Amino acid sequence: MSVIEPSANAGNGEVQAAWLRSDLRDRLLHLVAGGRWNMASAVLLQTDLEALGGPSGGVVELNAAEIVGIDTTGAWLIYRTLKRLRAEGLETRVVNASESVAEMLDQMAANDKPHPAPPEAENAFLAMIRRVGETTEEILFEVIDGIAFLGLVMATLAGSILHPSRLRLTPLVFHMEKVGLNAIPIVGLISFLIGVVLAYQGATQLQKFGAEVFVVDLIGVSVLREIGILLTAIVVAGRSGSAFTAQIGSMKVNEEVDAMRTLGLDPIQVLVIPRVLALVLMLPLLAFFSDIMGLLGGALMAWSVLDVSPGMFIERLNTSIGMWTFWVGIIKAPVFGLLIALVGCYEGLQVANSAESVGSRTTRSVVESIFLVMIVDAVFSIFFAYIGI
Amino acid sequence: MEVINDSLPSSAMAMRLRGVKSQFGAQVIHDDLDLDVRRGEILGIVGGSGTGKSVLLRTIIGLNKAREGRIDVLGEDVAGLSPKERHEIEARWGVLFQDGALFSSLTVAQNIQVPLKEHTEMSEELLDEIAALKISMVGLPPEAGNKYPSELSGGMRKRAGLARALALDPDIVFLDEPTAGLDPIGAAEFDQLILRLHRAMGMTVFMVTHDLDSLHAICDRIAVLAEKRVIVCGSMAEMLQQSHPWIHEYFHGPRARAATATNEDSLVG
Repeated sequence: MSVIEPSANAGNGEVQAAWLRSDLRDRLLHLVAGGRWNMASAVLLQTDLEALGGPSGGVVELNAAEIVGIDTTGAWLIYRTLKRLRAEGLETRVVNASESVAEMLDQMAANDKPHPAPPEAENAFLAMIRRVGETTEEILFEVIDGIAFLGLVMATLAGSILHPSRLRLTPLVFHMEKVGLNAIPIVGLISFLIGVVLAYQGATQLQKFGAEVFVVDLIGVSVLREIGILLTAIVVAGRSGSAFTAQIGSMKVNEEVDAMRTLGLDPIQVLVIPRVLALVLMLPLLAFFSDIMGLLGGALMAWSVLDVSPGMFIERLNTSIGMWTFWVGIIKAPVFGLLIALVGCYEGLQVANSAESVGSRTTRSVVESIFLVMIVDAVFSIFFAYIGI
Repeated sequence: MEVINDSLPSSAMAMRLRGVKSQFGAQVIHDDLDLDVRRGEILGIVGGSGTGKSVLLRTIIGLNKAREGRIDVLGEDVAGLSPKERHEIEARWGVLFQDGALFSSLTVAQNIQVPLKEHTEMSEELLDEIAALKISMVGLPPEAGNKYPSELSGGMRKRAGLARALALDPDIVFLDEPTAGLDPIGAAEFDQLILRLHRAMGMTVFMVTHDLDSLHAICDRIAVLAEKRVIVCGSMAEMLQQSHPWIHEYFHGPRARAATATNEDSLVG
């Protein structure tokens, strides 16, 4: 005779935890179960229940009279044990079960259905090849879709220029404020700091050659040609491109975009055009501001570290940096603005009907627009080198 | 009929709310709200839109904090619990949110196993078996276990959400509009499912609903939220005798008459 009882306190305080006594006599395995067969205490009996066994062709009798409470886990543990013993060739019976225990055991029998194993994981190598193929195909279609979207936006834009009354002035001004004016502090701060860093790093190197004054050329060329506009574009892609995707995406999830169509409003005209125009107009202004702040940071650092006075800095800038250096940076700005706005709006309209897709599309929007900005910047560099500016 | 009855022993109560006040900013949702929920009953909460039915549910389970008042759940003041005690009491209730609120990155079976893994120490094998058992008990086909929530219909998601709420065999189940968004057949099936599980497992059910058919079919008592508190709480028969204009309109309106008629038909047939 053995008594199986889980360690104390497994039950409900005042109520006794589940216990089980087993007694094997000849061909009769006599089981007495009692206490509260709830999840907390019954699980502790699992290994003991799995160890139960009897001679094939024998009989198992479970006396359930002393069970004071049972939940589905407790009932399942009893049920699966009896089922296993039956499969091992024993005859099973439950005696003295209260109505609730009997009902629970019936429930278990009614709901004992085979659970299909989770689908096998694909071969890792094949999965990799499949993913490469899928991604390639996806990129290809995305490029085609993107070009189609560019065409659609351009056609709508041309329509608005021919019929200026279609242009929505209020949203345009609203987005100009959002993407332009509100970006001034962060763009200004970052550009100023980069100017400082450039001047400091350049100064320590140039000092070795006694060529400190060339720090003005260094700052002038790098800030005006590349860093000012690139930094601005990256900051704007991060704060406005992503916002476009999230705004349009959540409208898509909310079925607002569909509602617009049924009301005869063109989502391109209403949502995309004001955002695209706002960025195309504001990015050159932001880039100009960024240039000024970058030069200011550089000049300040040159003054404090190299004793290049502001007057000298301006004079040197005037003589050594041509006007085209400035224009090369600014010309790129509307193009970058167009790219960022197009990618942001495109990804927003691609959102499927789930909140999850808003998040993943927003990430893609930022990554893609920064990537495209870099590519187009490289193309511009080659082009400008070719025409000799 | 009376909303509260202090003569009943507290052990007979699943929940006891006294003087609860909840507030968002300047907007007071509940003021001096009293409610008793007896052990083992199915209580339906009704009220007009914006009367704070879901807020009441969220306040009881601690997702919103009550400004004033005392909420006892299973004999314990939920506001005064230590984190450990709170964790223990959370294992004794299950919540079905409106659209199931299943974790979208997990399969249905994994969703059901989340509370089991958090609150118990079961072997993987037993976890799989219990998940399959619960899936079957809420009337989902066995294959549903390996599916992701996005692959299920709204009705199936609710069933899966119910299976997760019932995973730990809770003493109390909170249901937030369980039949909203289901077709009438699906809603009736869901009502019967709740009733069947209630009979089998004997838990207390706290159900926010707008569905008059559900109220007729399965609720033992109905609590009406209006004027920032529970104005009456009683059986369907008692509701039908109320003279409060909103309650009268609710239980005697054209839709209510239809629901009463079908319910009487089914009783006769």
